[in-house]
Amino acid sequence: MKKLLNEFLKGIIRENPTFVLVLGLCPTLAVSVSIINGIGMGIAATFVLLGSNIIISLIKRIVPDRIRIPCFIVVIATFVTIVEMTMKAYSPALNRALGIYVPLIVVNCMVLGRAEAYAQRATVVNALFDGLGMGIGFTLALILISAIREFFGSGQILGQTLFKGFEPASIFAMPSGALLVIGLLLGFFNLLKNRKAQ
Amino acid sequence: MNPAQFMTIFISAVFINNVILSRFLGLCSFVAISKETKPALAMSLAVMFVTTMSSIITWFIYRFLLIPFNLTYLRTISFILVIATFVQFVEMVIKKTSPPLYRFFGIYLPLITVNCAVLGVAVLNIDMFFVNAKALPGSFYYSVFQGICVGLGYTIAMLLMSGIRERLDLCNVPKSVKDFPLAFIIASIMSLSFLGFNGFKF
Repeated sequence: MKKLLNEFLKGIIRENPTFVLVLGLCPTLAVSVSIINGIGMGIAATFVLLGSNIIISLIKRIVPDRIRIPCFIVVIATFVTIVEMTMKAYSPALNRALGIYVPLIVVNCMVLGRAEAYAQRATVVNALFDGLGMGIGFTLALILISAIREFFGSGQILGQTLFKGFEPASIFAMPSGALLVIGLLLGFFNLLKNRKAQ
Repeated sequence: MNPAQFMTIFISAVFINNVILSRFLGLCSFVAISKETKPALAMSLAVMFVTTMSSIITWFIYRFLLIPFNLTYLRTISFILVIATFVQFVEMVIKKTSPPLYRFFGIYLPLITVNCAVLGVAVLNIDMFFVNAKALPGSFYYSVFQGICVGLGYTIAMLLMSGIRERLDLCNVPKSVKDFPLAFIIASIMSLSFLGFNGFKF
């Protein structure tokens, strides 16, 4: 039980996919303009990661080693298609906001990376907890980045204006703001790590 | 099909909506491989070739397979499979016919399978040049041209970045921002300067 909890927790802080492993950054930067978009993308990616981790750990014995990558990609693409169709049906506004980044979850290095580095060797239960932990870690990172960008870029949090006299700097809502925020956050987490190591 | 449209696609794909600096596609390879100019160039050329070819292939698949059989929801699966197969095939051909070229591309060719830029262009072409599952007039030429331009935009960003990072090797930077964080901050400043192209159109 403690081991499973460990599998789950490692994705959130110690091996956070965004800040520690630096994987799957394309969607992270592109959709983090507002917190709602960030949460939507996080849930979509978590679902894909969970599904693909489970299926891949189930089929690991049947898949020949040489063609494993195409097999993994087909499994991942299937789950992405499910997410895409569900999102189109139930939340067209979110689907429009996320745009091409929903189909692009297929090539998110985080999902394929977990399949390759973990799920193809793990038991189903372990893979499930790993997928869940990684997905939640990814979602939390997205929420952090999008909260910073939404606050400084449009002066709002979850669509609510916080301070009356605050003039937002629109650069944070633009692509260059996304790159700046992720760069500074990565530097900050490195600083914390270095401090701890000393 | 009109020439002005080509010009618009060129400016939009290379400058205004640059794949890396504004759409964030292929960011992993951009940060990982831009430490030196030569590998960066090899990677960029490989990406340009694959985006162009995959634009051609995915257009045919979408137009003549997915639309007639009403299977447009299989877009993501079919595209990624075809791209992966195609990249593998190209790798085998290059290995057989031209060993120097194969050494030049090295490990970068197989890496392209999971480069978001390639699938991104394919999906973008479908979104832009197909309306309600119908091809717009000239959509094939536009798609191929957009594939080339996106590759070109990738090359420009990659060359600029690797040039800057080569110089940066000689500088003394704080330990915490070394490598990845600094690369992102530089990319941010580059993206800011590319913002100046906004509104530039024909």
